[in-house]
Amino acid sequence: MSDVKLIKVTVDGEEVEVPLGATALQAAEQAGKEIPRFCYHERLSIAGNCRMCLVEVEKAPKPVASCAFPVMDGMKIITDSPVVRNARRGVMEFLLINHPLDCPICDQGGECDLQDQAMAYGGDHSRYHEHKRSVTDKYLGPLIKTIMTRCIQCTRCVRFATEIAGVPELGAVGRGEALEITTYVEKALSTELSGNLIDICPVGALTSRPYAYMYRPWELAKTDSVDVLDATGTNIRVDSRGPDVIRILPRVHEEVNEEWMADRGRFSFDALKKRRLDRPWVRQDGKLRPVSWPEAFAAIAARLKGVSGDRIGAVAGGLADAESMVALKDLMAALGSANLDCREDGAALDGSERAFYLFNSTIAGIDHADAVLLIGGNPRVEAPVLNARIRRRAMARVPVGVIGAEANLTYPATQLGDGPDALRGVLEGAFGDVLRNAKRPLILLSRAALARPDGAAVLAATWALVRSLDAVTAEWNGFNLLHTQGGQVAALDLGFLPGQGGKDLGAMLGGGVDVLWLLGADGFDASLIAPGTFVIYQGHHGDRAAGRADVILPGATYLEKDGTYVSTEGRVQRGRRAVFPPGEAREDWRILRAASELLGHALPYDDLFAIRARLAEVNPVFSRVDEVPQPAAVSAAPAGEAAATGSAAFAPGITNYWQADVFGRASDVMAECARAQAPSPAMAAE
Amino acid sequence: MALQDKDRIFTNLYGTQHWGLEAARKRGNWDGTGAIIAKGRDWIIEEVKQSGLRGRGGAGFPTGLKWSFMPKSNPDGRPSYLVVNSDESEPGTCKDRDILRHDPHTLIEGCLIAAVAMNASAGYIYVRGEYYNEHLVLQAAIDEAYEAGLLGKNAAGSGYDFDLYVHRGAGAYICGEETALIESLEGKKGMPRLKPPFPAAVGLYGCPTTVNNVETIAVVPTILRRGGAWFSGFGRAKNSGTKIFCIQGHVNKPCNVEEEMSIPLRELIERHAGGVRGGWDNLLCVIPGGSSTPLLPKHVCDDVLMDFDALREHKSGLGTAGVIVMDKSTDLIRAIARLSKFYKHESCGQCTPCREGMGWVSRMMDRMVEGRAEIDEIDLLEDVTKRIEGHTICALADGGVWPVQGLIRHFRPMMEERIAEYKRKHAARVFPMAAE
Repeated sequence: MSDVKLIKVTVDGEEVEVPLGATALQAAEQAGKEIPRFCYHERLSIAGNCRMCLVEVEKAPKPVASCAFPVMDGMKIITDSPVVRNARRGVMEFLLINHPLDCPICDQGGECDLQDQAMAYGGDHSRYHEHKRSVTDKYLGPLIKTIMTRCIQCTRCVRFATEIAGVPELGAVGRGEALEITTYVEKALSTELSGNLIDICPVGALTSRPYAYMYRPWELAKTDSVDVLDATGTNIRVDSRGPDVIRILPRVHEEVNEEWMADRGRFSFDALKKRRLDRPWVRQDGKLRPVSWPEAFAAIAARLKGVSGDRIGAVAGGLADAESMVALKDLMAALGSANLDCREDGAALDGSERAFYLFNSTIAGIDHADAVLLIGGNPRVEAPVLNARIRRRAMARVPVGVIGAEANLTYPATQLGDGPDALRGVLEGAFGDVLRNAKRPLILLSRAALARPDGAAVLAATWALVRSLDAVTAEWNGFNLLHTQGGQVAALDLGFLPGQGGKDLGAMLGGGVDVLWLLGADGFDASLIAPGTFVIYQGHHGDRAAGRADVILPGATYLEKDGTYVSTEGRVQRGRRAVFPPGEAREDWRILRAASELLGHALPYDDLFAIRARLAEVNPVFSRVDEVPQPAAVSAAPAGEAAATGSAAFAPGITNYWQADVFGRASDVMAECARAQAPSPAMAAE
Repeated sequence: MALQDKDRIFTNLYGTQHWGLEAARKRGNWDGTGAIIAKGRDWIIEEVKQSGLRGRGGAGFPTGLKWSFMPKSNPDGRPSYLVVNSDESEPGTCKDRDILRHDPHTLIEGCLIAAVAMNASAGYIYVRGEYYNEHLVLQAAIDEAYEAGLLGKNAAGSGYDFDLYVHRGAGAYICGEETALIESLEGKKGMPRLKPPFPAAVGLYGCPTTVNNVETIAVVPTILRRGGAWFSGFGRAKNSGTKIFCIQGHVNKPCNVEEEMSIPLRELIERHAGGVRGGWDNLLCVIPGGSSTPLLPKHVCDDVLMDFDALREHKSGLGTAGVIVMDKSTDLIRAIARLSKFYKHESCGQCTPCREGMGWVSRMMDRMVEGRAEIDEIDLLEDVTKRIEGHTICALADGGVWPVQGLIRHFRPMMEERIAEYKRKHAARVFPMAAE
């Protein structure tokens, strides 16, 4: 950033250097002066309407809104003078005259900007004796509770919806005192990022509906963790009380989620209390019977006795943590089995080179892309926060092309075709020039495009396209695979794939194994499992596969265990336990450790440090937490034959965002969202 | 000495002749326009500067200076625009209306010349929505001008290409604020923009734009024909020229009249409006420049001059020169309360002090009308207006609180008396308590 010109400004007599084009507010912050604000948000456009950030600028006739005022060389800014103090007190008073004094029953209480700043800048009594305004509450969907009388019309929500989420469905109608924030037509906001409105609302106008009237923020234990319900690797803070998760909030990570979070990750945690597997079960005489842990392990040991290694298989689900997967892999190795698979959807992933299954340009790298091609999916539902970054580029007039089913991505995109033929022919079309002229083309391949018979060919064709654009270099790798679940990259990093002579999922299901160990694997049709196969289901929800199981081992969700996850860009992150798993359920790697001992193949790690050391031993990337791989020139190519692509159109991978995983399917909140977002039935007259 | 007929710019202000091109030409409009344009941009701006013309929309910014802020060339390919503010909504003002309906060619010719001066390729006249008939006349006059080759390609034979469009507003006072007007013109909600950047840098559709009042533009052709020195010969220094005054209220003959700047207020009223109803001594106060300017009590009216600086000395302003005369029969508190209500209704609601404060002021004023208040609430009212003033994005809030400040400054005893009277009336009524 050396090309940015620095200029000197004086803030309250203190000289600071700020880049040209900075605002007075930024200069004041650099000088360590706190400027109160409501409407200003550093990630949104500047509205300058709350007038709380007024400061004096020498030679300006009136106080100026520091959030919007560009500094000039030698400017003198005064942030603490009678004029400024009077202006702030005045604005504070105006904001409060029509704001209800219902802090005791307001869910924003304790984390309310208005409350905090009223303490600092407000008066001790009200001089307002007229009638207060009241505003009708609005319906914004099942996630957001509105109490619009509390609204201070800062328009942060309007700007977020329009600029970040890309759904211009919020706006201000009326004028003067009658100005109201509303959806123009009463309907749920059609965005997967709506929860962020709650965070950016500086007052209690937009609050979390599931969290309504639960607790005060200071009553909650806070645990830093990561979200695994999509593959973005969103950093989260889990607020819990005793055994209950109360809410989940995003944490700032500039290179991943900035400060946003997708709705499923934020709101589906009520599934922690729904349809849980909280004790071991064993099937006897065709019926599942609750048993103790030793009985469950005994049943497994009895069934495994005499079964040769190649008749045993293991499948890891998309939300599994790296620790449990390495334990399961080691156990399978000890049992003599190479039948491992983590690709429940049958996606033709190639684990031979890390670059073949990563989002190589990195999420922060999206900001540098100068052409984007989306293949075979819809990032809006696969990774909403990541999609918001792509949107930002698209809004900066970076061309975006789409090959696949047409979808509302929230930004303008050129539809280039719907199948692999369009992919192979893309360079011949008009968009080919766009890609060829781009210095940093970003080719985004959705995982769903690989989960089809010609998946390997699609992978190879995409890689070949990126190679032909000369975009696999030490500076920039334009090949990006977008996963949909947080555990998959770790599985690939651990090599949770068929070993030498091992069977893949399809072979295992069709009677290729006698004993099948499912680690949270719910992503395939359990009825495909051959009738004679003995199924061990280790997981946390009684979802699709648990009903088919012969033994159920109750595991822990990502919120209930310390786990390591790798995001789609290859960033290793640690999740932490916020609450304990319910009932008899245990952390998954511990279950596997215990089982291994009873099966006579005790795994050589007894605690988290030891198993993490084992992770790093299997793949050194696990020792580099929160780092993304540097781009590197890759000479190899994925195994598939690019010319072998079929002609079938790409089908969207996720059709129901809200219920796309076990959490979504078990959650009542997500069920309500799915209902609210479902396309409305045609009217009778139509 | 009053303005003589030979020095009037708007010779058809009263519509005694036809508004059309033929009649306008006979009145001297469009005379030698091409030659004026041929003298070039710098000459036009210099001459306008020499004339001392200040913006007639209310703020009184020197017009020549404003035009000189426009970029001389457009290296980035952005065109420049001229926007004419004809959203004349200020209560007490109706001068632009008469120009639009009776003398539209002064405006159209002015637009062409102003466009040359600021290198604008197109002009937009934003006409107040309620001025329906006026906009029809204006549009017809523009059509005439196109037909006569005075607009469009090679306008008036000058070699300059210029297009002029009329746009009707939808009836919001705030759209008279220049950046709100630009927003409205772009099809958005009329809410003022943050400044800087100013319209001369980033205006209509992000391009350099100058917004001028109708009267400002319409006087320019005559100034250039007769010379800047002629125009600056009227009025006091820095307040030069002629000006259309709208005199109304408690006068015998309300009228619009073009007069010399710096004419004494009393002379203006007595010469042109037939004097105050019931004689000068029956005068209570005058709002000199449209509803936004603070009122002047009679003792100030006796000898005040009608120009920017003289009125500012008395903490008021020339504004749009809409002179509202009120005699002693006026319930002044009620009159000002009505203005407060107007500004509360017209606040766009964007920034806090105006959105919340205007309602507060208006409600307190409503109580002041009845006298249902405490004496020290007058101080509170004044304090609230001070906290609104100067803290907002645009000047609507300032204009909204100035009438109240003027009332308190000059007629506080009247307000106190009203409160005392209310107390007298209601003190007698003591309701017995239930237990007694």
